Order: sequence, then structure tokens, then C-alpha cells
Amino acid sequence: MRYLPLTDDDRRRMLDTIGVHSVEELFRDVPDAAMLAEPVALPRHQGEIEVERAFRDFAAANLSPSSAPSFLGGGVYRHHLPATVDHLIQRGEFLTAYTPYQPEVSQGTLQSLFEFQTQVALLTGMEVANASMYDGATACAEAVKMAARIKKRDRVVISGGLHPHYREVTATYNRFVGLRDAALPPDWRGGEDAAAAIDAKTACVVVQNPDFFGRVHDYSGLASACHAAGALLVVVVTEVISLGLLKSPGEIGADIVAGDGQSIGNALSFGGPTVGILATREKFIRQLPGRLAGQTVDVDGRRGFVLTLSTREQHIRRDKATSNICTNSGLCALAFSIHLTLLGEAGFTRLAELNHAKAVELADRLETIEGVEVLNDSFFNEFTVRLPRSAADAVEAMAKQGVLGGVPVSRLYPGESELEPLLLVAATETNTDQDIDALAMALRGALQ
Amino acid sequence: MSDPRATTTGNRGLQIEEPLIFEQGSPDKTAVDLPEPPSTKDRLGGVRRSGPIGLPGLSEPEVVRHYLRLSQKNFSIDHGFYPLGSCTMKHNPRLNEKLARLPGIGDLHPLQPTATVQGALALIDACAHWLKALTGMPAVAMSPAAGAHGESVGLMTIRAALEDRGDARKRVLVPDSAHGTNPATAHACGYAVEGIPADDRGRVDLAAFREKLDADVAAIMLTNPNTCGLFENDILDIAAAVHDAGAFFYCDGANLNAIVGRVRPGDLGVDCMHINLHKTFSTPHGGGGPGSGPVVLSEALAPYAPVPYVVQGPDGFELIEDPARSDAKPFGRIKGFHGQFGMFVRALGYMMSMGSDGLRQVSGDAVLNANYLLACLRDTVTLAFEGPCMHEVLFDEGFLKETGVTTLDFAKALIDEGFHPMTVYFPLVVHGAMLVEPTETETKATLDTFVETMKALTARARAGDVEYFQEAPRLTPRRRLDETMAARNPILRWRPPAVDKAAE
Repeated sequence: MRYLPLTDDDRRRMLDTIGVHSVEELFRDVPDAAMLAEPVALPRHQGEIEVERAFRDFAAANLSPSSAPSFLGGGVYRHHLPATVDHLIQRGEFLTAYTPYQPEVSQGTLQSLFEFQTQVALLTGMEVANASMYDGATACAEAVKMAARIKKRDRVVISGGLHPHYREVTATYNRFVGLRDAALPPDWRGGEDAAAAIDAKTACVVVQNPDFFGRVHDYSGLASACHAAGALLVVVVTEVISLGLLKSPGEIGADIVAGDGQSIGNALSFGGPTVGILATREKFIRQLPGRLAGQTVDVDGRRGFVLTLSTREQHIRRDKATSNICTNSGLCALAFSIHLTLLGEAGFTRLAELNHAKAVELADRLETIEGVEVLNDSFFNEFTVRLPRSAADAVEAMAKQGVLGGVPVSRLYPGESELEPLLLVAATETNTDQDIDALAMALRGALQ
Repeated sequence: MSDPRATTTGNRGLQIEEPLIFEQGSPDKTAVDLPEPPSTKDRLGGVRRSGPIGLPGLSEPEVVRHYLRLSQKNFSIDHGFYPLGSCTMKHNPRLNEKLARLPGIGDLHPLQPTATVQGALALIDACAHWLKALTGMPAVAMSPAAGAHGESVGLMTIRAALEDRGDARKRVLVPDSAHGTNPATAHACGYAVEGIPADDRGRVDLAAFREKLDADVAAIMLTNPNTCGLFENDILDIAAAVHDAGAFFYCDGANLNAIVGRVRPGDLGVDCMHINLHKTFSTPHGGGGPGSGPVVLSEALAPYAPVPYVVQGPDGFELIEDPARSDAKPFGRIKGFHGQFGMFVRALGYMMSMGSDGLRQVSGDAVLNANYLLACLRDTVTLAFEGPCMHEVLFDEGFLKETGVTTLDFAKALIDEGFHPMTVYFPLVVHGAMLVEPTETETKATLDTFVETMKALTARARAGDVEYFQEAPRLTPRRRLDETMAARNPILRWRPPAVDKAAE
């Protein structure tokens, strides 16, 4: 067993030192009835060759977006990952360290988190960001709880443009702490008036930009309406690359920004792990959940970094903490930070332009297919089309042709018949002209 | 005389000072070569950014050097002994990193048609099977993103089950020795938290527990083995009492690594338990995540598990994402998509590598290593509670009494010796706690060196060399950092230096 260094001789000598005859004696506090005499009925240990073969078999039963034209989005996006990112995050010093509780031997993690926080603050146009959350959906739920604490109000207006998983996760969290959701219907036509749903009990309005259906919004009017009513505006971003081209949520007037940073630095990984981002205004930091890296000095006066403001957190405040979060998405945050550093301002802006241009080309092409209607008047790299048939059926048919042609909206909004013909399609820098040709052909075929 | 170790650059050999990325490069530089975007019309709807973001630009060699230098300022398991009690810093096999990156595994989209991801669903199902078999529990919710998130799912499931039987309850019992996440979780799930003291054996005080247990208690959250590193030997009685009171037994599974392959929580009367895949099943801690916290559930709780979950249908694996399609009564959704798939891959790779026989050896060696440290150190360092311990051993600061050296000082001195300190000041039930968890992946030679170091440092403390400890660490990239200043005047991000207007 290659991960266990003790030899039988070591074990014997150690048992002698302890003064027992067998390891079983060390388990004497376990009730006899609960001790298993034999190993659990599972396969015995295997070598790397066998294990790797088993995983290649799992892999062979999947159709990978890397090997097929793919236009999948809906909150997770396929982008090119520079080789440097994956190399650096696999350095053992990053990969196999724990939460930086001992700052003298954790400056690498702490400085990188400080840089991550700064990058997220810059992208979102906010003053501060935390050191990451689990994912976008849980970041959104935590943002809502945070707004309720700040405003001491218990009602939350949820836009119909918010990703359905984010809606469901937020609704679940809210139900258990007694917050009331005012969830607006799916806004697939656009034109929702969230401001009209604000009342005197409203802690916040949650919107997404670009919204789940791909539309781009200027929420500054809504921000003013929120603030006039004493509520906060929470802006969710599921495609962070869009921030290279769009006005930042901060510029629009957001008070809290929640989102998923997967698009920068992180593989698709079937949707997890990703990296949740949470940013806000400085005056709200005492209500911000999660880890925060802060700058300080050491006894020799040299700049260094520590985890700070931990009186917000569970290990200090226990049941009075802002959240129960402990482990977050450290390594995914590092991957985000490295990728964004590689891109820099120039690379990031160009990447965003490239995504938008690819999506515009895709929309232009799909509009030439009879019966296909692009519903968006605006979009970044993803938009919604209406098909003359069930989008789920069309996607199944395209998959049989080896094309991953998008996400049927009904997958996330099941049971709503008017949403059944809607297909969400995304294009990124990874899509070629040939991919677009393949999608157009497959879609034509699926509609015949 | 000036410090002979002072250098012009501030660098010290391999320890190289590294500025922030924002203090390097220039805005026009980039480390990626992307094609010129095709010329298309703008469909952004007039919401285009006007000013720059303010990101720094670096070339690839600068970026590589930056992060390599930062990495060298971290201690890690790959470096050496990392006996951080309760955190289970064991070796992270690299095979699992390879598996997680295989084409067809690492590059799957969560919203592909399920017919195109049958291998991924089979993999989740296989991981679930191992977790259920090892815990002796009939069901598992795979989607929680970390241990604390799993705790939330556990308590939400319990609350949903209680509400479904019209039995709203208000309180959750949590031993004082529990992880901080337990009371924080109970509170976030809408419960009032009530503490249970530890007895003088480091276990739950049974009398206090029975006194607090009544028909208003929804659950007890009990870590077993507990955070003192001890097995709760009254666990069957505790479970029976909890069930007699109509409540549920939530087990914090952070310490499953002590019993895996030898004891199944299902045989202990547990109703639900989260499993930190990043502890027991060796997925990397990554400097603070990502983790993964699947929750195993009893028959009584299984129907309330959150979506999504994988089932085997007539045409292969199905993913139940819509509560309306479920035969059960899921309480909702707690994470986007399908959970920490990348961590399932790694954990399954580990479980298959170790096998049922190897996992049994894992808990045996983990407990052996901890008891070996207990035996070697008990005459030097104050043992908090009599053993045998399980996978970790708890000491307190009694041995430092009247030396002027604190637990923290002692921990910092260990850093200069090349060890990561143990967990300090946790659990809260003893003074100046030192919780040492060696794990099964350490050699006897490493443990012996650690023992000798602990003894030598203790002798030094008792000899009155307080200053040595108070000044430690001396050999690290940074020495003790001013945490008070960091909290009083929070600087949580870099800002551009203020431009001197008068100079313009």
C-alpha cells in the first residue's frame, strides 16, 4: 500500500512502546458490537495501473466538450486555460497546504489571497472582496443573508433573470432562517420591473448581469430605486469574463456583488469545484462572511499578510458568526488569480471582446436558420433562441450528431410549457468557425 | 555591529522578497496571445465599460516567477510534518490529480444531456457506493461543498423530516468541545444552540446531556471520535436516548479517518453525518479549499435529501434535479449544479487505491501513530485526558506552567524546527490546547524526530529561556505578524499609491 510508510517491524516496536499487543487494543473504547471483524465488503487495494484504467473507462462513457463542438453555458463556461495555471496550482506548497492559520509559514497563500481580493474588487467595481465562497449560488445566498442583517429586514426580491440554481439555493437558505422570498417569474421576454416589487420590508433586490437568458442590463435606475426604499442591490455575475467589456456592478450602483469565478482559471469539472466571489462596500465588511486576508507588518516591520476580522467567523463567534463557512475555494481562487494575472488588463479585455464577437457571429448565423428566433436585444457571450420544437429534444438530437448545442431552458425551469422551446447558447474564444458550422448544420437537422 | 545576516535586497538565499502583482509590470503587457477579435457589430446594449479596470500586465516568465516565489513562503504536507489536529493533513496522492484532469472527466459541462455523461454519473454513483458501504448508511447527499456545508444539509434534512411529521422543535445540543461550525450551522438552520459540557474524561457529560434532552430538542451534533481525540464510549446510550426523545443524531464526521474500515457510524445509531473528503479521503486542502462534504443519511432522513441526486433508471443513470420529478420529498437545493465532482474523482481514486483492506490499515496506522506520540510524550507534555486516544492526541499547557512560555510561543518555536504547529487553543475545553494529529502517512522516524524536538523545546522552556520562545519564529519569511493592527485598521486590498497633486 503505497501511501502507508509504516513497516510491520515499525508497528511492532511502536506497540511495544505504547505497551499494548495489538492495534485492536487501542480501539477498546469502541463498543464491541460496533467493531467490524473483517474489512468492509468492498474491493481490495489496487495499483495505479488498475485505478487509472477504471477512470479511463468512466471517461470513455462521456462525450467531452473538448472533443465536440460545444455551446454550453448557463452558469459554467468553457474557456481556454493557459498551461501555466494548472502547473502553478499543482505546486505542492499551494496544493497541500491548509488554511493559513500560521501566517509566518503561509505568506504565499495569504499574499495570493490578498491579490485575489484586490482583483475581484477591481473587476466588480467594489471596495472589498472576501477570499472566496464555495460557488456562485452559495455566494448569492450568503449575499442575501448579509443584506438582511445589514438592513434588519426580512423580505428579498429575486429577479426572474437570476440563474434558477441560484434562486433555488437562495430560497432554501432563506427558508431556514425565516427570510421571505418575493421571486419574480422567469424573465425570458425581458422588461421585468423589479423596482415595483420593493416594499418597506425589502432588504434587497437580487438581479443578474448578464441575466440568465443572456441580456445585458444597466441597473442604475434599479439601484436608485433600491436605495430610495432603503434596500440594497445585489448583483450576481455568472460569467466573469463579461466584466472585461461591461460596466462594473459597482459603477451601476450595486451594494453587494456575488458571482462565480469559474470562467477565469477553472476547468469545467462537471460544475464543481468552482470559486464563489463576494464583494461589497467597505462599510459592510463586518457583515461579510468568509475569510479575509489583510495587510499588516511583522515584528521586524516588514509587510506581511494575515487572516483578519475573524470575529465575524464561526471558529471565534460560534453561533453568532456571520456564516458557518470554514473551508472555501482556496485553490480555485488561486487559479483565478493566476489566470487573471497572466491575462492582465490587455489580455482580459481582449478575451472579453473575443467572446462577444464570437457570440455575435453565432447569433448572426443562427438567425439565418428558418424557425429559429434570437430573443435577446442585447447579450455578452450567451443568448436565448426560440425553436419551433422542444429545445430539450433538439439538444438530444444534436448530441447524437456529436454536437453539444446548448442548454435547454427547461432543464433549469422544468414544467413551464412556454419555456420548452427556449435554448440557451453560449460562444467563447474556444469556438471555431467550424464549430459554428457544425452547430448550424446539427440544428437544421434537429428541426427537420 | 550591523546584523551579519542583513542583505541589500532583503532576500535571504532561497527566500526571495516578492512584491504584489500590482506593483509590477505595465498595463499593456500580457502573458497570453489571443487572436484579434473579428470585426462585428456591438450587441452589448449600450452597457459598455468606459474606463480601465486597473489590472496589472505581466509576461509569462514574470508570472511564473511571482507564484513560484510565493509558493516557497508556504509550509505544506509535501514539505514535512503537519500535525494540525482535527484537520487531517495527510499525504495527497498525485494519481488523483491526474485522474481529475483526464479528458472526459475534468472537462465535462454540468448541463450536458445526461446521455452524454453516463460515465460521470456512474462515477458519482460509485463514489456514493463506497461512502455508504464504509459508513453503513443507506443514502448519501453528494452535493455539499465542504464540511460545514454538509452540516447545513444534515440539519436542514433533520428539520425537514421533523416538520413533515408536524413536530417543530427549537433546540440543538452541541458539546462545548465541538468545532465552531457546529453551533454556527445550527443557528443558520434556525435553531437555538445549547452547549453540553465535557466530563473529566473528555467525553460528553452524560448527566448534563440527559438533563437538556427533551421533546424540544431536534438533534444532537456530536463529533465522534471527538475533538479531544477520544471515542465517545457511551455513544450507543447517547444514540438511544436521542432516539427515545424523538430527536436525531447528527455526527460530525470530521474524524472518520480514525475509524474508517473498522467501525461504521451506521452501527453507532447515527442518523446523518458529513464526510470531509479533504480529510479522510485525501483530497488536497489547497490552502483552504475546495473541499467536499457528502452527507450520509439514515432511512428516516433519506427522503428529505436535497436535489440533485443520481439514480439508476432503465436506460442508464439519471440525474434527479427537479424536486417535482422526485419520488421523495427533497428539502431544496443547496449548491449550483451537482456538487464537487472534481473532489469525488479524487476521493474515489483514493478509495479504490486503498481498497477495503487498505482503508482499515489507514485507521489502524493513524491511531497507532497518535498513541505512539502519546506514549513518547506523556512524561514531558501534559496529557489532557487519559488514553488510548484515537487519531489525535490532546495536550494542554500544564507543562509550561510558571515557565512564562505560552502554547502559542511553543507552537512558534516548532516552526523554526521545521514542523508545522499542531492545532492550538482548540478544543476550548482545556487550557492552552495542543491537538496533535500525525495521520497514517508519517514514518516512525518523523515521529521520533518530532518527539525529540518536543522534549528539547520543553527542556529549554523549563530552563527559563523565555525570550527564545517569545521571539520565535526567527527563520521564516516573516516573523510574528501584528494581527491586532490588521483587525483595527483593515487593509483588505491593494490600492494605487496616492498621486501627489502638488507635484503634477
